[in-house]
Amino acid sequence: MPDILRREDLDFLLNDVFDLEELCRRPFYAEHERADIDAMMDTAERLAEEVFQPFAAKLDANEPTFDGERVHIIPEVPAALETYRQAGFPAMAFPAEIGGMGLPYMAATAIGAWFAAANGPAMGYLSLTGWAANLLATHGSEELKARYLGPMCEGRYFGTMCLSEPQAGSSLGDIRTRAERREDGTFRLFGSKMWISGGEHDMSENIIHFVLARIPGAPPGVKGISLFCVPRILPDGARNDVRLMGLNHKMGNRGTVNTALAFGEKEGAVGWLVGQENHGLACMFVMMNEARVSVGLSAAALAMTGYLHALSYARERLQGRPLTGRDPSAPMIPIIQHADVRRMLLQAKCYAEGGMALCLYAARLIDDLRSGTDEDAAEARRLLEILTPIVKSWPSEFGLRANDNAIQVHGGYGYTRDYPVERMYRDNRLNPIHEGTKGIQGLDLLGRKVPMEGGAPFRALLARMRRTLAEAEGDEALADIRAAVAEAVDGAERTTAAMLAAAPKAGAEAFTANATIYLDMLGHVTVGWLWLRQALAARRALAAGGAGREDFLRGKIDAARWFCRYELPLTHAWRGMIEGLDRTTLDTPPEHL
Amino acid sequence: MKVLVPVKRVIDYNVKVRVKADGSGVDLANVKMSMNPFDEIAVEEAIRLKEKGVATEVVAVSIGVKQAQETLRTALAMGADRAILIEAAEDVTQDIEPLAVAKLLKAVVEEEQPGLVIAGKQAIDNDMNATGQMLAALLGWPQATFASELKIEGDHAVVTREVDGGLQTVKVKLPAIVTADLRLNEPRYASLPNIMKAKKKPLEVKTPADYGVDVSPRLTVVSTSEPPARKAGVKVADVAELVSKLKNEAGVL
Repeated sequence: MPDILRREDLDFLLNDVFDLEELCRRPFYAEHERADIDAMMDTAERLAEEVFQPFAAKLDANEPTFDGERVHIIPEVPAALETYRQAGFPAMAFPAEIGGMGLPYMAATAIGAWFAAANGPAMGYLSLTGWAANLLATHGSEELKARYLGPMCEGRYFGTMCLSEPQAGSSLGDIRTRAERREDGTFRLFGSKMWISGGEHDMSENIIHFVLARIPGAPPGVKGISLFCVPRILPDGARNDVRLMGLNHKMGNRGTVNTALAFGEKEGAVGWLVGQENHGLACMFVMMNEARVSVGLSAAALAMTGYLHALSYARERLQGRPLTGRDPSAPMIPIIQHADVRRMLLQAKCYAEGGMALCLYAARLIDDLRSGTDEDAAEARRLLEILTPIVKSWPSEFGLRANDNAIQVHGGYGYTRDYPVERMYRDNRLNPIHEGTKGIQGLDLLGRKVPMEGGAPFRALLARMRRTLAEAEGDEALADIRAAVAEAVDGAERTTAAMLAAAPKAGAEAFTANATIYLDMLGHVTVGWLWLRQALAARRALAAGGAGREDFLRGKIDAARWFCRYELPLTHAWRGMIEGLDRTTLDTPPEHL
Repeated sequence: MKVLVPVKRVIDYNVKVRVKADGSGVDLANVKMSMNPFDEIAVEEAIRLKEKGVATEVVAVSIGVKQAQETLRTALAMGADRAILIEAAEDVTQDIEPLAVAKLLKAVVEEEQPGLVIAGKQAIDNDMNATGQMLAALLGWPQATFASELKIEGDHAVVTREVDGGLQTVKVKLPAIVTADLRLNEPRYASLPNIMKAKKKPLEVKTPADYGVDVSPRLTVVSTSEPPARKAGVKVADVAELVSKLKNEAGVL
């Protein structure tokens, strides 16, 4: 078995936990039903297994190269992307009015997990294209949409996001790329961009760059940034003034070519304004919800595939004998029989499957935004505000630890390139960094999202958690899990209130000095709550007969319990560190380090 | 020319098969089922004939449980035009024997009057490799089995067959039965837009009684068992020992 993902896990989350059929009953998704989503998932599973996974190791070992003129990428990448394109996947998540299939976002997210797990670096090109197309669909002029949206949805044109510059990464207010207005309404761009994934290659008919730049005279900082659409090939067929300066050589995710690009070394790169002048960053953040769910998903998918590889290995690898019978002539036992190996596997399972639950829950909220009643959509928006930084960073942080455990379960073999688990770890190590580092997510959560709108998003999240606690009330078999989650939810509420109360006096620096720890804490509480939801769903399915998946369902309850016993107690410790707005970090002078 | 393609719903080729404890058969509870891989090849070949303008209509037919509808939907999503399901089994454990399947297919052929039947050479569950041949005999049609290449020339089919030790090319008069081997083609993936379109294609549901065929079993399964576990190998010290073992013990040199 290829151990890419376990279909049962996705089916359980989609159907037993998050009720995909309810989404399909909404008029907005009337065209879809579970049976055809199942059939699409079948195609995704086969494509992941037969087309994408077989060359993942080869792509890692043969990263794209630049000979000064052209970028060379192994031919398996364009071949796989072409198969993916012909099977109709690029358009699955786009709304029907822009040529997409309008699949429920939660279903499209679960389908996408197969490719993220099988060969994320090859898929990177089209994930970026999807985000870029969303941006264009939301903010582009009719002219730009008519020219580029169709081919991007079909996967014929690829897209990139050009935000960072060598001197400005997280600090986007400091970008210097300049956009000069021309009389015909177009702009000419001058500047250099860094970390541009998919920035240059010959795999698509065109590459559409979305570039942040300043128009001369614009206000300083983030309020003076505009967004431009800069195609590699201009409408008249000429090459635009965009040049590849070099490739970045990364730790992992090597198959997605990552570039430094020079715009306007000659007459200036031709660009068209997207959205309003000086509103570039705001435009960019509209697509950030989905982009960040997709980063979380990639992290959770890599964690799951790492866990499954470790699980298979642990069932087969024979080492040692039971502590209770160490007869050297007795046969050795599979390492999964050893308690510490099971600990590593349980932790990896909790992180991987918990992270996947978090991502699909967020995806379902995006469905509520699109298809829910006004009230549901407003509630979903509040929940997404508070959850987005968690969805982006929790799977990136703890999914990576699942990959770390997968290496450890393999022992020395896991440390070699003969086994895929080290590659999964290197690939996943990107996720806490890109699309807003973990530190940035912590600041976003505690500095912006928690206090915003008088705390309404935070309260909405707590209310959702307490709704599940009420549902679980009276189920004796889950009483300990329910109690642990209830305590963690109450604790998060108390700590947050204490920090907010102390903030005006302590000042913004002290309030956010420990924001990353707060992010982990609220992330663990959220995932603990989602484990309770999964345990409840497993109990319902077992009560209905179990249908031959009793072990699988009991495993979900075991994992929920494990998370409550070994992970939720960490939230007590984290709260203790931060609720008094501890200044130890802040007060340590840089020169003492 | 109309092409008829029989397809069977079988245990997925990726699933590790487990024998039931009482030896009565294979455990099919909560196991992933898919279209028999050889039947996929048959469907693909029929669709290619249609794309070349040789075939005018591709009809997929399945005999089995109600859930075989999903398998037919896959055939429709690949590109078949319509489907017929003959509900002949109550649950997955009830396998319809090749002779009963061939009799039902004969009835369907008489009703549909296809110019060609392309079937998989065998189903990967029971590996009987019998239905195509039986159907040809019942109809009195020529047969070309284990096809690795199929060309239609006028009212004949020219078929390359994979036989022991090489390839054999036969020419059969249409209508005929062709059974597909592994190398005939590489089946396409059911694309997402075609999965949606397949929902609107006609799928007719029949019963064996509609065709007057008795599907009750004529064979008795005596026992089912796992293949014997592979024994551990031996390490040889050097090439000389290897050669000697191959010569004297294995008797292959």
